[in-house]
Amino acid sequence: MFEEMTVDFILGHLNYWFFIILMMTGLYVVIAKGNLVKKIVGLNIFQTSVFMLYISIGKVEGGTAPIFPMDMKIDPEMLYSNPLPHVLILTAIVVGIATTSLGLALIIRIREEYHTIEEHEIAEQETKVSFYELNGNQLTSGDNS
Amino acid sequence: MASAISSEPVHHIALTLSDQLPALQVLIPFVAAPLVVFFGVRSLAWPIAFLASLGSLAVSVLLLQSVIDGSEISYHMGGWAPPLGIEYRVDTANAFVLFLISAISSVVLAYARGSLKAEVPEKSHTLFYALYLLCLTGLLGVVITGDAFNVFVFLEISSLSTYVLVAQGSYRDKRALTASYNYLIMGTIGATFFVIGIGFLYMATGTLNMADLAERISEQRDSRTIRAAFAFIVVGIGLKAAIYPLHLWLPNAYVYAPSPVSAFLAGTATKMAIYVLLRFMFTVFQPEFLVEIKILEAVIIPFALIAMFAASISAFYQRDIKRMLAHSSVAQLGYMLLGIGSFSHTGLTATIIHLFNHGISKAALFMGAGCFVFAIGATSYDKLKGLGKSMPWTSAAMVIGGMSLIGIPGTAGFVSKWILVQAAFENGWWSFAFLIVLSSIIAVAYVWRMIETLYLSAPIQGMTAKEAPLSMLIPLYLMAFSTIYFGFATDITLEASKAAATGLLSGSSGLR
Amino acid sequence: MRHHLILRVITKLLVGTIFLFALYVQFHGDYSPGGGFQAGVIMAAGFIIYGIVFTLEKVKAVFPPWLVHKVVALGVLIYAGTGIYSLFYGYGYLDYAVIDPHHPVHGQHLGILIVELGVGVTVTGVMVAVYYAFAARAPSLGDEDW
Repeated sequence: MFEEMTVDFILGHLNYWFFIILMMTGLYVVIAKGNLVKKIVGLNIFQTSVFMLYISIGKVEGGTAPIFPMDMKIDPEMLYSNPLPHVLILTAIVVGIATTSLGLALIIRIREEYHTIEEHEIAEQETKVSFYELNGNQLTSGDNS
Repeated sequence: MASAISSEPVHHIALTLSDQLPALQVLIPFVAAPLVVFFGVRSLAWPIAFLASLGSLAVSVLLLQSVIDGSEISYHMGGWAPPLGIEYRVDTANAFVLFLISAISSVVLAYARGSLKAEVPEKSHTLFYALYLLCLTGLLGVVITGDAFNVFVFLEISSLSTYVLVAQGSYRDKRALTASYNYLIMGTIGATFFVIGIGFLYMATGTLNMADLAERISEQRDSRTIRAAFAFIVVGIGLKAAIYPLHLWLPNAYVYAPSPVSAFLAGTATKMAIYVLLRFMFTVFQPEFLVEIKILEAVIIPFALIAMFAASISAFYQRDIKRMLAHSSVAQLGYMLLGIGSFSHTGLTATIIHLFNHGISKAALFMGAGCFVFAIGATSYDKLKGLGKSMPWTSAAMVIGGMSLIGIPGTAGFVSKWILVQAAFENGWWSFAFLIVLSSIIAVAYVWRMIETLYLSAPIQGMTAKEAPLSMLIPLYLMAFSTIYFGFATDITLEASKAAATGLLSGSSGLR
Repeated sequence: MRHHLILRVITKLLVGTIFLFALYVQFHGDYSPGGGFQAGVIMAAGFIIYGIVFTLEKVKAVFPPWLVHKVVALGVLIYAGTGIYSLFYGYGYLDYAVIDPHHPVHGQHLGILIVELGVGVTVTGVMVAVYYAFAARAPSLGDEDW
């Protein structure tokens, strides 16, 4: 499998390498960061990497923008890039915007309720609440057993 | 080129109403959602939503009737023929799931009218119903479409509206917000994985139509791109379906969502994702591909078994009814996966019939839990002690749903487990049949804990609980009785599941 | 914002141009790059820059939140309505040939224009709604904070 890994192969697929790097960066940020806003940033990087993948798929070597001239005199020799992945990714961008704005809106509400956007502080508060909920009937508040 | 097209004479055969059914299935809730917002009148929101849901239920019944014999309907969006255009393709498998989704949606909407008043302030009701309809649109669209990218679009329509619906629980408990946020993160990662998979498929085949994909994938089955695509798609859908190690978003989302939302999601959302998994595994990637890459032995069956036990045991240790039900949902998904794993006609029948039977039982149970929220504002066991006396109707419905969860003969849950055990015997998997029974015994334990709390514990001093109003009890009993009805009258569900399994296994749904 | 004379004057000049450009992108979308999504975002940018420079209250007076909700729904209704119109005449959903049955390409031309109008209207509404939702939560900047 590795005999294909020539310099030409690596340079020729440069945008795919960037896709992989961006995707992994994004996924890492989502998983590793405790700050809720940073998680959304990571999610955005992750999604953007996919846009890059799709646009790379649509590229035809030597092809131009797939727009017919106004007078509809189309040169049959002309190469066009594949517009379909672009259309798909337009949809995915819209989905990404919706996700981002919904995520940020949720963060605002979380901040109003918890007064923090750090994951571990939120988890602390939630454990405390569930602890009281579960043991409220048997134990007094100071008892930690 | 353009002039050549425009001068062509036009022959158009008018479509009749019955030809338009696949479009109407999704269109009715889709149009109703902006109508609710456009009028913006609180008193109109619920009637419009309910009528729309009933409308799509009627359409799904008509569709199921016309395809239950194994035939297929193909609908071309905008008159563009597939594989270029987007195609809606209805066969028995998805007509059955469409029926499940729109039926649960209608009953839950009837129930929501009473239940929502106790949990969400009136000013949010208009937008709540609009989002509910959008969620329904998305779920129906995912199931009906025959275009791989369209699946992603509808998946995100339903998921985005679900996140907001779950967050509506914050009026009762602020933890709904973090539950919704976590669901958003996990759900988006899942959807993005899915879309990467679709991208790889498009890269390798140059098409997005499922039938066309199936044909072209079978030609290049050992391509690395195709295999990577399969891995991404299974993980992505696995996140949405809450397959065992990917289920972490599910318990909190179900617990803190408003009760109608919990009931609706528990009955439909994961079922839709399981359907997509089936569709991709068996129609897009043909059964031979699954054998070749050994996914069933290596991934599906082990995680199915772990889910059946680990999630059942954690359900037993929960101290809150809704949380117990959520963990049991993950366990029940294990049975569906085991059906897929057995890779036989009987196994797939078991998966599809369990999808239906578990959907209605879980919806009934979550609606019952919602009645407790309505009456006493809580669902934890220590607040529910002895409520069997003061809320006899709700408690009885919970018992019926619980019995179906265990699989006691005479309930819907029994039918599907029976077929699953049959499938295990067919393959000679005696030990798996034993494990299914064993995990059902754990289900007996966790359902018994609920029954014990409701009936055998002494009521809390000074606790006054009134029975839930009829507007909530009637839908609840409709659902509870249907679990009994489908436990006896198995011919409809069994026939549909068998036809669906045949369609999936022959890989025909795409091609012939 | 009293002191920022240049910003205010330039904004007043720009807003009209932005709207005009949005309409150009909207209605020229079938010949050149453009269409509903882009036009909607540009249109919304016009409102948002007005809101940033002349405070949220001023822009809410121009485009009140209740109207934003209606506009969001209206766009979707325009889109769905086009599809339903074709259903009534026995064509498939969103089959634009219905608009001009004798000349389907003409029909498609008109059809995509109407549908993109629906998209544009909704996107404008949604972007402005998102801006309102977030801006209303943040404390507004005082003059000396700029």
